Amino acid sequence: MDILGVLSDPVTIGFLQATTRLAIPIMLAALGGMFAERAGVLNIGLEGTMLSGAFFGFAVAFASGSLWFGVVGGMLAGAVIGLVLAFYTVRLTSNQVVVGIAINLLMVGVTSYAFRAMFGSGTNAPRVTPFPPIELPLLHQIPVLGPLLFQQGALVYVALVLIPISWIVVTRMSVGTAITAVGEHPEAAETLGISVNRVRTLCLVVSGLLTGLGGAFLSLSATGLFLDNMTAGRGYIALAILLLGRRNPWGILAAAMLFGGADAFQLRGQNLGIGVPYQFLVMLPYVLTIVVLIGFAGKVRDPAALGLPFQRNRAEQ
Amino acid sequence: MQASSNSEPTPLSLSGVTVRFGNFVANDAVDFSVGRGEIHALLGENGAGKTTLMRVVAGLLVPQSGTIHINGQRADLRSPLDAAALGVGMVHQHFMLIPTLTVAQNVCIGMRRAGRFFPDLKAVARELDAIGERYGLRVDPNALVGDLTVASQQRVEIVKALYRGARILVLDEPTAVLAPQEVAGFFRVLRTLAEAGTAIVFISHKLDEVMSLSHRVSVLRHGQLVASKPTAQTNPAELARLMIGQDLTLPQADGSARPGGMAIEVRAIGYRDERDVARLSDVSLAAHRGEIVGIAGVDGNGQQELAEVLAGLLAPRSGQVLMASPGGPVDVTGMGPGGRISLGLSHIPEDRQRTALVDLSIAENAVLETIDRRPLSHHGMISKSAIRQFADQLIARNDVRCTGPEQRIMTLSGGNQQKVVLGRALGRDPSVIVAVQPTRGLDIGATAFVHQQLLAQRARGAAIVLVSTELDEVLALSDRIVVMFAGRVIGTLSRAEVTLERLGAMMTGQAA
Repeated sequence: MDILGVLSDPVTIGFLQATTRLAIPIMLAALGGMFAERAGVLNIGLEGTMLSGAFFGFAVAFASGSLWFGVVGGMLAGAVIGLVLAFYTVRLTSNQVVVGIAINLLMVGVTSYAFRAMFGSGTNAPRVTPFPPIELPLLHQIPVLGPLLFQQGALVYVALVLIPISWIVVTRMSVGTAITAVGEHPEAAETLGISVNRVRTLCLVVSGLLTGLGGAFLSLSATGLFLDNMTAGRGYIALAILLLGRRNPWGILAAAMLFGGADAFQLRGQNLGIGVPYQFLVMLPYVLTIVVLIGFAGKVRDPAALGLPFQRNRAEQ
Repeated sequence: MQASSNSEPTPLSLSGVTVRFGNFVANDAVDFSVGRGEIHALLGENGAGKTTLMRVVAGLLVPQSGTIHINGQRADLRSPLDAAALGVGMVHQHFMLIPTLTVAQNVCIGMRRAGRFFPDLKAVARELDAIGERYGLRVDPNALVGDLTVASQQRVEIVKALYRGARILVLDEPTAVLAPQEVAGFFRVLRTLAEAGTAIVFISHKLDEVMSLSHRVSVLRHGQLVASKPTAQTNPAELARLMIGQDLTLPQADGSARPGGMAIEVRAIGYRDERDVARLSDVSLAAHRGEIVGIAGVDGNGQQELAEVLAGLLAPRSGQVLMASPGGPVDVTGMGPGGRISLGLSHIPEDRQRTALVDLSIAENAVLETIDRRPLSHHGMISKSAIRQFADQLIARNDVRCTGPEQRIMTLSGGNQQKVVLGRALGRDPSVIVAVQPTRGLDIGATAFVHQQLLAQRARGAAIVLVSTELDEVLALSDRIVVMFAGRVIGTLSRAEVTLERLGAMMTGQAA
């Protein structure tokens, strides 16, 4: 079989489409985590933020009948959690890890409860029709890249556009320089007239918007339904992905695609019956992440003030 | 050159500035002013209130009383931004630079002028070049700050202040981070800036620098301004007296050393660093009981590595380390610091904050090395009362100025921190002391205390290896001076043989 034959084979195309579908939510959460970490806040709360994005996205879409309203609802839910995180970690200078974990545990309960309160606990799972794939003219026929990038639902295109935008913001814009300053040397940032607290709060809200979008993607684009704890650790994986991507949007895209590819591969492997117990296949993306992370260990430099609360050196009276 | 004579308003003038922290008065009704084109040195011991006063000027502290006038206008400085907007630029002791950004990015953070959303780094670079041209302050706008040397980073700080419109430049102990050969160039820059009209406040406790650089000098002691006069009308002796409030001469070795037996010895030591660069080659030396062996040399010629080999922190690639013990000399080459401590070695490391002290209480730091021994602990259970007693003794004997043994050590001044380090190292009557830059960053009073302690140990019969780049210190204390160059011992001079010329020649690699 020639190479083009393999590449246009429905199995291959399905695999490539699934790769992106599985990669995007993690990529969005990792991008959100990147903004927080570049500003020096360790956002462990990605998992809970994502879960609430998934739930509120679904609930709003279901109630309003509009997927796009749902998307906005999911993002706003994420932003609210970002504000809560900011209140505790920035304003009250609480321990960032503890607050993040508390958010994660809390949101599992909140979303499951709210889901039952809204939809009851019957056997008929409520559904919305997810975003249909849109084939971009001409581009979708490109081998590999076509199914990977140009035969996807509308949210995928939104997510992919966010990569270059984020890159420009963090590397080319003055606000990106300010974020770096706040994450590396908050005292210096203050002497230069930048409010560390304001920048960190802003970054946590942006983090919440992006991560909420990632969650909404799960319920509104990937599945069309909401399940208890449906993020299943993707928020934590996003923390590894953003490290793997060196807190750079393009790196995050590549790392998320790698993970998505491994995930799509193992899903297909389960159906092929290749004699490997499926539990091992399920492990594959995680093992791959760990192995690649080991290779990267020590090569990624954390922002110097990452995880450290900043006490403003107020002029004393 | 001074402002008072012409019609222009004084760039900076403080009157009656008082700052209190609780009961402690850091600045007591201080008057201070600096004129256009003037370099005004602010002199004082550690803890005299120099930095506090300048934090007021930089908008980092609001004084309880007193007024600040900038260019004749009453200024109410509530934040660093207020101060910067009025043209005050502060170069902190610890640089306020972001190492992962370029020079151009660093200087224009938060500046609308560089572009509201997208900073025009090329335009910034052009401006930096222009500033560099004008004042002889060359910096590469595109270099990453983290890749620059400390001296270059300091230049970036000054350029940053100028770029941001500083007309009043406050430098907090700027020479503390510079090598001696870098200081001259740095002073040239400051003089150029002053000639161009910048008002400069130069904080220091080094008398020679103040004498050679400043037009005017003000001395702070215990938060009070004790003198302010033109530099030409004073001299180092008077300034020293004003700083410490009494006459003080640094103690000197009396030259009556009668060295006893060998206490520590290295034979043909060789060491290569992780990049396989030879740092020590064939170094042999011995220190005997009752003598101070000074190790002189330009920084970076292997003294640091030699000290670490002696202390047991660095394993040499070749050669032997011997220490005296009751049963005769033992080979300690493969022994770590713990074993050497029990053989009587004490180490006063160079960087007390990084390698000598832990961010805990004074008491906990005082017992760090010996907490596993009686009476501080029994069978692994520590005795709080014994530790407290030990710490109280150390504080009393070394005159550590603190609120008590529970005070956190990092809140002490540098001199008092070093007293704790010294008390810990010398309190158990060591037979060998390896002291590396023991007075770096200390004021005159604290330096004299350290010197007295070392001489007392020598009189008691300890062998002392003193590594210092301060030639005065080496000359004053050492019985023998070993000069290192490029990782080798280039020569040894006895006290009688030493002249500055011979020492200088040897330090630049010319064998005596």
